[in-house]
Amino acid sequence: MNRRIPEDVLIEALSTGDLVPESPSHAAVLPRPEGAPRTASEAKPHPIALGDSEGTLLEVAVGPHHPSTHGVFRMDVVLDGERVVRLKPVFGYLHRNHEKLGEGGAYLAAMPYTDRLDYFCSLTNNWAYALAVERLAGIEVPERAEHIRVITAELTRVLNHACLIGFLLQELGSMGTPIMYAFREREKILELIEALTGSRMMCNYMRFGGCRCDLPSGWIEACRDVVEALPRFLDEFENLLSTNEILMARTQGIGVLSAEQAVQAGMTGPMLRASGVNYDLRKVDRYGVYDRFEFGVPLGAHGDVYDRYMIRMLEMRESVRILQQALRAVPAGPIINPKARLRGFKPPAGEVYGRIEAPKGELGFYLISDGSANPYRYRIRPPSFINLTILEDMCRGATLQDTVAILGAVDIVMGEVDR
Amino acid sequence: MNLGKGILKGLVETARNFVGSYYDPARLVTIQYPDERRALPEKARSFPMLVYDGEDPEKGLRCVACKICEKECPPQCIYIVLDRDEKGRPLRRPKIFDLDISVCMSCQICVEVCPFDAIKMNTEFELSTADRFGSLLLHKMDLARPASYYLGLHPVEAGEVNARLAAGPGHAETKAKPAAGPAPAAGTTSGAKPGDSDRP
Repeated sequence: MNRRIPEDVLIEALSTGDLVPESPSHAAVLPRPEGAPRTASEAKPHPIALGDSEGTLLEVAVGPHHPSTHGVFRMDVVLDGERVVRLKPVFGYLHRNHEKLGEGGAYLAAMPYTDRLDYFCSLTNNWAYALAVERLAGIEVPERAEHIRVITAELTRVLNHACLIGFLLQELGSMGTPIMYAFREREKILELIEALTGSRMMCNYMRFGGCRCDLPSGWIEACRDVVEALPRFLDEFENLLSTNEILMARTQGIGVLSAEQAVQAGMTGPMLRASGVNYDLRKVDRYGVYDRFEFGVPLGAHGDVYDRYMIRMLEMRESVRILQQALRAVPAGPIINPKARLRGFKPPAGEVYGRIEAPKGELGFYLISDGSANPYRYRIRPPSFINLTILEDMCRGATLQDTVAILGAVDIVMGEVDR
Repeated sequence: MNLGKGILKGLVETARNFVGSYYDPARLVTIQYPDERRALPEKARSFPMLVYDGEDPEKGLRCVACKICEKECPPQCIYIVLDRDEKGRPLRRPKIFDLDISVCMSCQICVEVCPFDAIKMNTEFELSTADRFGSLLLHKMDLARPASYYLGLHPVEAGEVNARLAAGPGHAETKAKPAAGPAPAAGTTSGAKPGDSDRP
């Protein structure tokens, strides 16, 4: 299974523009049936067609309108019986021209669009963009705003992971129950977010140099109540799921990804940590005020779907720890840098890459400024898009129903994949 | 594998949730929406509205057609035409103020940039219509809401705004200052609308 490519070969292939050659050991593990398309370009362009060797292979398009594909996402799979021989992810159905829109408008005008990237986690998207612009313009963020950002980001992480586990279980065939429990908790968090930002999902809350508005009265107490109730929910959720034999049978040993493969594919976030790589931007970059809080980074040992499920469970517990500390530590003071300007904002010329640990992985914004009011270049590094690129390597040789579980554990949101 | 134990553990949890949903409000959070409604939070927002003072929406609009919101609106859903008198002098009020709520994304950047506290967020959300075009394009009079309505929607925020407006034009100026662009220049001629945030 190890698809390690020597670095010199990789660099040579990339510099010449050739595709990275497949190592021979990889083909040896999974013998391809006769007539299987060798490369993606040889695969048939039609979504559904019989393989050419007397109908032994079947090419099926799963999606774009399929309940297991998390939105408008298509997998062109080539099946030998029930086994996946090839898999080609196809996306772009939800393309909204986000990056070009970002270049066309003022810096502030791109902020509400970032809400719509990963629409489960608009507050972390806001933060990543605000962080990039703040670095570009050298704006300091007041303490209180930094704490509010940490609180909202960790609430978002809990919300995202709980829902993801619900979706994953839904796709494994557990209709309703886990996702409804997750949504019940999500509802409580969304109410907090609505009280703070005025909107449940499209928050548009961060501004360059701070946050848009201050915490409403009684918000900290309400948030503390929700956070204190979260461990009970997590215990319940774990009782319901973690030792369930069906879940274990369906997820353990499925979609295994080695640490080397995960690193080579550029994966980040819970997917990478499930493969045992200790890489969390909250610890690496120490952006915001994360260096003041005590929390652990859960790591997986096997890199299978069950580990990815478990990592998210454990990360929610760590988020609760951060939340408890941050809620105690919120200082008084301004929530936005008084020097930050809302209109006529023109950062100096330069380029910047700002990144944070979003619930799905490393979310980065790359901006080039030419000194004018709108960015010259505006580019996003979306975590779920990059994590999706290695889907074929995880799915090859698995059955089609395992493919659904593997895709479910990647945690994609098409708003972010397609932008 | 100890088959069955984990499943039983999970079923105990579902049973506890089922029974709990009869008496524990933390386990039953459903609101029977059209019959029951929960109070919207202070900061709730749906689409923008234009606030006017006094009784007459035509005369009392705080909007001076400075077009800052039109310029800053990310999806460009606002269209404003400045009103002029018969001699062609600007009248500090909009002749046309159209807002396409099928394009608007409720980001409230227009509210933040408005130096005259004229545009604020409404909270009406039951706006579905069978008409695809006309009824989603709101005109000036569809958007106009009295200041008392605004105070009812966002009491804390509107209280601050009222205090600022009552403090006089000098204070309004400090708020309008960062927005010094083409806007005040367009409005410095005749003061057709007496009141709150006018510059002297």
